Amino acid sequence: MQPRIPLKNFSRWIIALSSLAMIGAYFTSVWYIDLSAPQYPEGLGLEIWVNGLKGDLDSINNLNHYIGMATLHTDEFPEFVILPWLLGCMIAGGLFVAWRNSRKVLFWYLVCLILIALVASYDFWRWEYKYGHELDPHAAIKLPGMSYQPPFLGYKQLLNFLAGSLPDVGGWLIIGGGFLIGGVYFMERFSQRIFKRKQ
Amino acid sequence: MQWIPAALSAAVLFTACKPKQAGNVVSGDAASKVYVAPGKYDEVYLFTSGGYSGQVGVYGVPSGRLFRVIPVFSVDPEKGWGYSEETKPMLNTSKGFVPWDDSHHPVLSKTAGNDDGRWLFINGNNTPRIARINLKTFRTDEIIELPNTGGNHASPFCTENTEYVVGATRFSVPSDNEDVAINTYKKNFVGTVNFVKVDKESGNMSMAFQVNAPAVNFDLARAGKGMSHGWVFFSCYNTEQANTLLEVNASQKDKDFIMAVNWKKAEEYLAQGKGVKKAASYVHNRYNESTHTATSEMLKEVMTLDAKTLKGICYFMPCPKSPHGCDVNPTGEYIVASGKLAATIPVFSFKKMQDAIAKNDVEGEFDGIPVLKYSSVIAGEVEKPGLGPLHTEFDSKGFAYTSFFVSSEVVKWNVETRQVVDRIPTYYSIGHLCVVQGDSKEPFGKYLVAMNKITKDRYLPTGPELCQSAQLIDISGEKMKLLLDFPTIGEPHYAQMIQADLITKNQVKIFKLDDNKHQYVAKNEKATKVVRNGNDVHIYATAIRSHFTPDNIEGVRVGDNVYFHITNLEQDWDVPHGFAVKGAGNAELLIMPGETQTLKWTPTFAGVYPMYCTDFCSALHQEMQGYVRVSPAGSSVPLSFSTGSNNGEQPAK
Repeated sequence: MQPRIPLKNFSRWIIALSSLAMIGAYFTSVWYIDLSAPQYPEGLGLEIWVNGLKGDLDSINNLNHYIGMATLHTDEFPEFVILPWLLGCMIAGGLFVAWRNSRKVLFWYLVCLILIALVASYDFWRWEYKYGHELDPHAAIKLPGMSYQPPFLGYKQLLNFLAGSLPDVGGWLIIGGGFLIGGVYFMERFSQRIFKRKQ
Repeated sequence: MQWIPAALSAAVLFTACKPKQAGNVVSGDAASKVYVAPGKYDEVYLFTSGGYSGQVGVYGVPSGRLFRVIPVFSVDPEKGWGYSEETKPMLNTSKGFVPWDDSHHPVLSKTAGNDDGRWLFINGNNTPRIARINLKTFRTDEIIELPNTGGNHASPFCTENTEYVVGATRFSVPSDNEDVAINTYKKNFVGTVNFVKVDKESGNMSMAFQVNAPAVNFDLARAGKGMSHGWVFFSCYNTEQANTLLEVNASQKDKDFIMAVNWKKAEEYLAQGKGVKKAASYVHNRYNESTHTATSEMLKEVMTLDAKTLKGICYFMPCPKSPHGCDVNPTGEYIVASGKLAATIPVFSFKKMQDAIAKNDVEGEFDGIPVLKYSSVIAGEVEKPGLGPLHTEFDSKGFAYTSFFVSSEVVKWNVETRQVVDRIPTYYSIGHLCVVQGDSKEPFGKYLVAMNKITKDRYLPTGPELCQSAQLIDISGEKMKLLLDFPTIGEPHYAQMIQADLITKNQVKIFKLDDNKHQYVAKNEKATKVVRNGNDVHIYATAIRSHFTPDNIEGVRVGDNVYFHITNLEQDWDVPHGFAVKGAGNAELLIMPGETQTLKWTPTFAGVYPMYCTDFCSALHQEMQGYVRVSPAGSSVPLSFSTGSNNGEQPAK
């Protein structure tokens, strides 16, 4: 068994603080879907929290029924039961890494974070696809060939609405935390190599 | 640690990358284009429907200034409309006195396909009626009810020489007063299309005939002109014939219809005696300018023509997705229909329609009416014009302007090539639009008014209920330019604009006192009197700057019906007098020079009641007042009246 490679104290602080910062995602919205149209200059927003949907949900549901999009309800998403626990595991995992003080543990933690990010992205995309494509055949407005899948990231014009999909405060805390932890890992590796070469 | 700021700036970039929406740009010279200097006149009259106020708004363009609200279908206490004895009959219907309606489409009368500035017609949507406003006096002269009709929406569009104004049912219904189950729509309901004849000289309306067509919802209409004179085109939706949740159930078919009605053919059938007289009950109310009094007549018969058996009156043209607007271009060749749920604007050709009828090029029948083949009647479609096309008007240069509710814009396109050439956003969600004389053979163009359904953040907020709004757009150049926002009364569904001089030249300034044939007129102060007839007390009074004659009246008792017949003796322009009595469960009167108007008052308590002039008429307006003494029922106070006698009573004449 290889000897445990310890982390720098500075790195352990970054990992611990990044993990603790993710707690903020329980109290803020993680993702934001922004809709604006000529007659909605102030915009309509859908906030995705770890435990449910908030924002102008009723207005969006009401508008979208014309084109046959499903109405959104928090209790129809199993994600909102899983996500709070998953976030808890991510936070606990990060704190564990900081305490355990091992580069290898950090590596595997990072692998887990990437897997979670991939699965969550796929799940989000899959929901967006369904939401935009599975339309009520009795909808009042049916435009041939038209679907209403919201953008995964960034902005997209959907009929008269400009739809945007962006991380919100909580999302930035998680993404920022993840990137910082990833950065820490690479710093640990590269700084050693650079150090060795210089020697 | 360079990657930390990099990650942060990435976050900022993401949120900042929102694409710019079309801006709210007003060009630099807009202010000078809408500025009408004090004392100067606007170039154009704009007549807007008052929507759910039931009235008509009169504005000046380009200034957007409101001049007058003409009371039509709704009572107006300010003007005594529906409160004075003279005007109450105007709001009578077969269902009794109805104090309100929902007015949608003002339509100017036409001669040879052009606006002649004589009359303005407007529909009452709720209790189906058509009103005629006299543009010499800006008053409602006539209202006719439409029998067997529910929701007179496709109305009152007029034919090339105002031979007819039309009115078609938006809610197909069984015959009036027929008690049937609602879900027998397909079996028992009828879609009536009414043709109301307009007398060439007097403008008097009469129900000419009613076409019984399949039960659908008729939405809007336009008469043909030029080559298509003799026809009227109606947009129809709910060809699914649903009787519930139309939002979904009437939006299922890919195509509904434009119904083309050949009224010359209908006239032929009538001449041949093919019409069937049916019992009905509907009223015809007329305001007589010399008696200054309205009368309401109940009519008991309507001439009907059955479109299913009398071939050649009606044809259907398939039209995508719940057509709303149905507009005919200046030459009369093209019928522009707008499916409010459709992705294109279909443009039908009248010539091709004639060919298709001649060749019997039909794809089937709907409820006994031939349905022409779409491909045989369509001239072309405007591709990808916008979302939610509604209404189209035209300018003199061959361009059409279509409103788009969903994408909230006006789109300009070439009628012949059907290419979009320009677009401009509206704030927000435009319904109708109008161009100066934009539905006539020779549009004047220059200005376009967009009537928006949502104002939201455009004006100072006034609580949950915000003002309705119109937007003035300059269409004189290649690019449309936004000039002005201005608020309007009620909901302006539709409006029409006409060059001002076509109307100003005919203005009535006063009513001639000598011509006043009112039953209770007092043409001078000597003719004033108070007459008791049982419980009715008739006061023949006059008003002149600055007193009423008589101004002291005694001998009125609690429970009497007191009629103040006030004649305004003035013969100068802009000297109306007002009249009001304390505690009268009624409104005020506004009496124009030379006119007589009557306020009915039934006092319920004894006392001395002041009365006064409400319209500031002169330097001594505040002195224009008087008293009525009301004594208890059965009192023996003799009837007396006077002016100028400070010592009190004079014997009644």
